[in-house]
Amino acid sequence: MEKYMFIFKGGFYEDSNLSPDEVQGKMGQWYKWVQDLQEKNIYSGGEPLLKGGKIVKKNGNKFSVTDGPFPESKELVGGYFVISAKDINEATEIAKNYPDFDLNGSVEVRQVMKIDM
Amino acid sequence: MHSSDKDKSSQIVEHLFRREAGRMTSVLTRVFGIENIELAEDVVQDTLLKALQQWPFTGIPDNPSAWLFKTAKNKAIDELRHNRLNKKYSEEISELFNSEWTLTGVIKEFFSENEIKDDQLRMIFTCCHPDLPPESQIALSLKNLCGFSIKEIAKAFLTNEITITKRLSRAKDKIKEGSIKFEIPAGSELEKRIKNVQSTLYLLFNEGYNSGKQDILIRTDLINEAIRLAELLIEHPITEIGNYRAEIYALLALMYFHYARNPARTDDNGNILLLKNQDWNLWDKKLIVKGIEYLERSATGNKLSEYHLQAGISYFYVTAENFEKIEWGKILNLYNLLYEMNSSAIIGLNRAIVISQMNGAEAAIDEIKNLSFEQLENYYLYYSTLGELYLQTGNLPEAKKYFEKAIQMTDSEPEKKLLRTKLEKLNHMH
Repeated sequence: MEKYMFIFKGGFYEDSNLSPDEVQGKMGQWYKWVQDLQEKNIYSGGEPLLKGGKIVKKNGNKFSVTDGPFPESKELVGGYFVISAKDINEATEIAKNYPDFDLNGSVEVRQVMKIDM
Repeated sequence: MHSSDKDKSSQIVEHLFRREAGRMTSVLTRVFGIENIELAEDVVQDTLLKALQQWPFTGIPDNPSAWLFKTAKNKAIDELRHNRLNKKYSEEISELFNSEWTLTGVIKEFFSENEIKDDQLRMIFTCCHPDLPPESQIALSLKNLCGFSIKEIAKAFLTNEITITKRLSRAKDKIKEGSIKFEIPAGSELEKRIKNVQSTLYLLFNEGYNSGKQDILIRTDLINEAIRLAELLIEHPITEIGNYRAEIYALLALMYFHYARNPARTDDNGNILLLKNQDWNLWDKKLIVKGIEYLERSATGNKLSEYHLQAGISYFYVTAENFEKIEWGKILNLYNLLYEMNSSAIIGLNRAIVISQMNGAEAAIDEIKNLSFEQLENYYLYYSTLGELYLQTGNLPEAKKYFEKAIQMTDSEPEKKLLRTKLEKLNHMH
């Protein structure tokens, strides 16, 4: 088994005017997905990320800290999962259960490098 | 969503968020003041989104409602802490700030169970204020009390979101002018205002019951919301005064009797069925029993309201064994009383239909000719009823004329279809 990171992009609820009924529906879908992965023992963790934040860079000896990131909102990272799968194909299949495709969200699936200790 | 035993999300009641959104909006509106109702709406939305983002990871709390209210309360405290010096909130809360109370203490009081009940009632009276146009009252109620989105309200009214947005913002502008207060009216004002709430709830109910609306799910939602809000009125001590409660019981009985007949009103293809063609076994017995229970409770006090009479009429329909066993005489007696109380032409028309069952179509046509045409001119049932009655007398050209006019006058596809079928049959008879 390999580890994969799902990077969730876009699909921000703040922009989509969901009704209380729709919010409840979404909550149920996410809850079910997490629980499903946990039951299969392939869920290592994950969290949603808040909007905004800072970008830290260093030029020579000088740090620069700016507000951001402000990419197009459909590219903005909104959260991540780490899951286990046999290979990238299986991981991709799992990613298809992401509940927010209908809000223009997408999932970037990336393999986590194994570190030999 | 498929739910298994293990799936705890299925333990959350359907429409919980919608319902709690209404309750939270009421409390927060009281805290922030009616002028800041949008702020209340934003806090509610933030609260629900927080649940959406946390519960999948933390698990669903044992008491979801308590979690939501606690979160909303903390958000309200944050808001007041940050902005209380430069923003105007409700007078009530501003006064409390100047006293010995701490902010947290004040807010905690506002979020007690009894206060929440009062606030919901305040919200009902605000949304159903007679200074607002009736369609705005319904839209506002659905938004603020029932947690519907603009999109969902538009769907319920078979209209677009722009129309509903306009309706809501006009209502909100009116509220912000200051004449509409967020309060439970008292004294002589109360009677007038409770009457208006009742008629708005009945309109809301009819919006859902009206067969012209295609979407079954949203129709049932509206029916349930109208009933739920009427039951909220019943549960509040304010309706113990006078005969209010008896009248609301009658309204509820009427709603339940109609609701019980709902599954039988259309066939599998959504075509409307006439009463005599309906499968009476499909009527929901549980709802009928509930209606009868409410009707019995409505029989207190000495005042007979229109709702009492209408519920009484419905009672004789839903408790008849079949169409042939309907006791038309008893129904006509009630219609006579109703017509005395409110001689609207629409009630007169319905009364005439009962007369046709007892004394024949000719007698009914004579009754209808005495009604005010002005009130019936735009009412398609006026034309379809006359079409039906003329058909019964054998006057086919007149029948045809009225059916054609009725088709023109209704927007409802199922109604049009029913009328066209009748016209076709009629053309064969020619």
